[in-house]
Amino acid sequence: MAKVRGRGIASVSYPTGMNLGGDPTQALVFCQPTGGFSVKLASTDLGQGLKTVIQQIAAETLGVPLESVVVDTGDTDSAPHCMGTFASRGTHRVGNAVIMAAQEARRALLEVAAEELEASPDDLDISDGVISVRGVPDRTLSVFDAALAAHFKYGRTISGRGIYLKPKSTVDPETGACDPDSTVAHATTVADVEVDTETGEVTVLRLASAYEVGRQINPAMVEGQIAGGAVMGMAHALMETVYPEYPALRPHAHNLSDYLLPTTMDLPEISSVVLEYPSSNGPYGVKGVGEMTANSPIPAIINAIHDAIGVWITELPVTPEKVLRALKERDAAQSAATAAD
Amino acid sequence: MKQLGIVGQSVHRSDGLGHVTGRTTFIDDISYPHMLYISMVRSPVARGKIRSIDTSKAEAFPGVATVITAKDVPNNLYTILCLIGIGPNDEPVLAEDEVMYEGEPICAVVAESEEIAREAASLVKLDIEELEPVLDVEYALRPEAPKIKKWGTNTFTYDGKDHCQIRFGDVERGFAEADEIVTGTYQLSPIEHAPIETHVCVAKPEPDGRLTVHTNTQALYFTLDNTAIILKMPSNRIRMIGGTVGGGFGGKVDVLTEPITCIAALKTGRPVKWRWTREEETRCSSTRAAVKIEMTDGVMRDGRIVARKVRSLQDAGAYHRHSPYGAMKHMVNVVGPYTIPNVWVDVYCVYTNRQPSSAMRGFGVTEASFAVEVQMDRIAKAIGMDPWEIRLRNAYRNGDMRPFGKITEDATLIETIQAAAKLVGHELPPELAQMHSNDEGGYAAAQRATA
Amino acid sequence: MSAITVSFTLNGRATTLTVSPATTLLTALREHAQLTATKAGCSQGGCGSCTVLVNGEPTLACLTPLAHVEGQEVTTLEGITPVGGLHPLQKAFYDRFAAQCGYCTPGMIMAAKALLDRNPHPTREEIAAALSGNLCRCTGYLPILDAVEDVARQNGGGER
Repeated sequence: MAKVRGRGIASVSYPTGMNLGGDPTQALVFCQPTGGFSVKLASTDLGQGLKTVIQQIAAETLGVPLESVVVDTGDTDSAPHCMGTFASRGTHRVGNAVIMAAQEARRALLEVAAEELEASPDDLDISDGVISVRGVPDRTLSVFDAALAAHFKYGRTISGRGIYLKPKSTVDPETGACDPDSTVAHATTVADVEVDTETGEVTVLRLASAYEVGRQINPAMVEGQIAGGAVMGMAHALMETVYPEYPALRPHAHNLSDYLLPTTMDLPEISSVVLEYPSSNGPYGVKGVGEMTANSPIPAIINAIHDAIGVWITELPVTPEKVLRALKERDAAQSAATAAD
Repeated sequence: MKQLGIVGQSVHRSDGLGHVTGRTTFIDDISYPHMLYISMVRSPVARGKIRSIDTSKAEAFPGVATVITAKDVPNNLYTILCLIGIGPNDEPVLAEDEVMYEGEPICAVVAESEEIAREAASLVKLDIEELEPVLDVEYALRPEAPKIKKWGTNTFTYDGKDHCQIRFGDVERGFAEADEIVTGTYQLSPIEHAPIETHVCVAKPEPDGRLTVHTNTQALYFTLDNTAIILKMPSNRIRMIGGTVGGGFGGKVDVLTEPITCIAALKTGRPVKWRWTREEETRCSSTRAAVKIEMTDGVMRDGRIVARKVRSLQDAGAYHRHSPYGAMKHMVNVVGPYTIPNVWVDVYCVYTNRQPSSAMRGFGVTEASFAVEVQMDRIAKAIGMDPWEIRLRNAYRNGDMRPFGKITEDATLIETIQAAAKLVGHELPPELAQMHSNDEGGYAAAQRATA
Repeated sequence: MSAITVSFTLNGRATTLTVSPATTLLTALREHAQLTATKAGCSQGGCGSCTVLVNGEPTLACLTPLAHVEGQEVTTLEGITPVGGLHPLQKAFYDRFAAQCGYCTPGMIMAAKALLDRNPHPTREEIAAALSGNLCRCTGYLPILDAVEDVARQNGGGER
């Protein structure tokens, strides 16, 4: 029997934000004379889609169409501090700062609208760019007109400042007691693999995962993180190393021709389901999904290999050579046991 | 959960049109007239004493504007996490008296083109006395190993200790009570982030003496503040522009290109671009740390994990970068999302003569999850329990005490296990299918009762 | 320094560039013709991010001396983007979230175009094979394969 199959599972948790906290992010929001909003950030989009989810969060909070919001990332002359894009903190930290800033701008806008509509700001709503008096459907004012009035009639600023900080936790040097995270996301992955016992090659047939990431701001982009992470995790498990004979320095990967990465030819079937249990402190209940998606595939694949061939290979990456060596040791141990019987 | 408007919708990416038309401006797409280019001379050995650096031939090479060495760096010793109190500073921007890893930057040749810079760089003469490199973390911890760090040990110092630790309950008592002891050793290899875009930085001197810096850093202010410290310049003399990155995965938070590019721009008065080759990206940028994790568990025959002891060694490579921080993140995550009453964790941040490791996607946790989750299957095998059941029984519940003294909230591990089972058509027995993260069930409750 | 002059058709327009002899097509496109959609991911032929079409064939611009395209027809991503619109592959990549960081995207789209031009009805396996020289670190490739499959299904292949 040259090819044997196995299944493995793995469950993981992942913390949001820098370990121990102490990692602030600020945001500025302002309104232009004709009702367009600009969000000023020194935060970075690595491709995960921060600019888009922040646009969604700002539009939701302000009550204006998505197209009315421009998110400007990345200029320290015009935007206040952000700790940076890492530690699965972007959507959580930046989102919270943007909500705070957008709420302040929204209040300023409603105060102007209240004068125009002769109502109390507390009785006003903004939806889809239109300000209305609650319970009086025909008394409305567009954000466009409110912004014009603020600029040219009342001389008011419609802007807001926001910051989010989880104060830094101390660590007890003896016990390690600390408060490391803001919230925690979870995932379980099921891996199905096929091991070729003649060549030692492991093929991942399927990675099926259930994620719980708090509220999703943009489900398509959450799915993008899950699929991308699944393939990265598979590569960590089976292919990747800068030093194939670690800890020896030689050989050493030099470039993308000798550093092994998966291609379109190496893909398993990937499927996922996403559960949403909103966090108490994330923007609209966000937890975070940026980093965790490579994690559960690795042990799930190792466990599936054990299920297939009965050996634990716990030194990564699991190359064909390591599989063949492990099979040889397994067979030697088995025949020794048989001989002893 | 309350239904919202635009939040929760899969709207198109706001940068999507730029990406599919190739019109998104990445840093390498930015050029200025009269721009100069950098090629870095790097250490050919893993550990050595620098006797001399002779740059005269490179400086005389036609088309070379200048050569930058350690003496051109106003504040040559730094560590990126000095901003959050991690120290001491241990990394030179350009090596001065010693080299600590193969590929460490020594001097930068600044020239009219990349080709000229590369050719001139090959003319720099290095005289380095090679020393025995320390490459193995276990060896690094032994008394006879050469001490490669200036403070006289090969480890980061946490509150006077050579490691950071968790002590929760009585782990020896837990082992004594246990029916089975299960052990496992887990080893990761250094991994390259491999973003398709390498590190790129463009620095342009402005007429008012300020610098405009285009960079693909993952953290503009981190980079701004560290660059200002290294340049001994007020940070508002530098304008960092970025925000669009061709893949990071943690590999672009180490402030590796900006200080040198700025110094080159200041010294020549011209715009300068430093674009890393793929070989530099692979051989000289930070990696994910190779982590070795030894895990020992005391387990009852009914599946309860009653004690867990972990010894973990993080191969930080030659310098801190983000490793001392990552080791602490690893420490609180290496127990896993399970309720275990007795826990002992020791995590060592160990220095070796290897390209530094630093942050990478899942920093400290990816490594922890690998060990914990293979260990869970080992435990299941040892006591003859189903791998789904061992996880569901030990999974932490809301209200449980974590080993670092925080009460569990936002737990949904059980729900993801059940959803994954459903996704692949694996039927769980009713008792397991009915568990939830707010229940009083599982072994955690039994442990709470006996504690 | 000696220089060479190379004449070729670039995105449908007669183009002449004078460059140093070792200049690659990639450098010529990005730094001489100011067409920066084509990316330099590795400059070693290992990642595919510099894929362009030379006479319709997918070609790694980083390994191609500019001198080799004398008299040839070179097409970059800029050349297939209609004014004010999107090529069907661009539209599909946009709709499928097939670009995350966007750095591999130009090369991916050009490799996919070369495939659809010669084989309007590729199978999923044929699409995967045609894109196997193009690395992506973000997406896990699935949305990229989905996007190309969408175009193959919709219009029966690429257009010339």
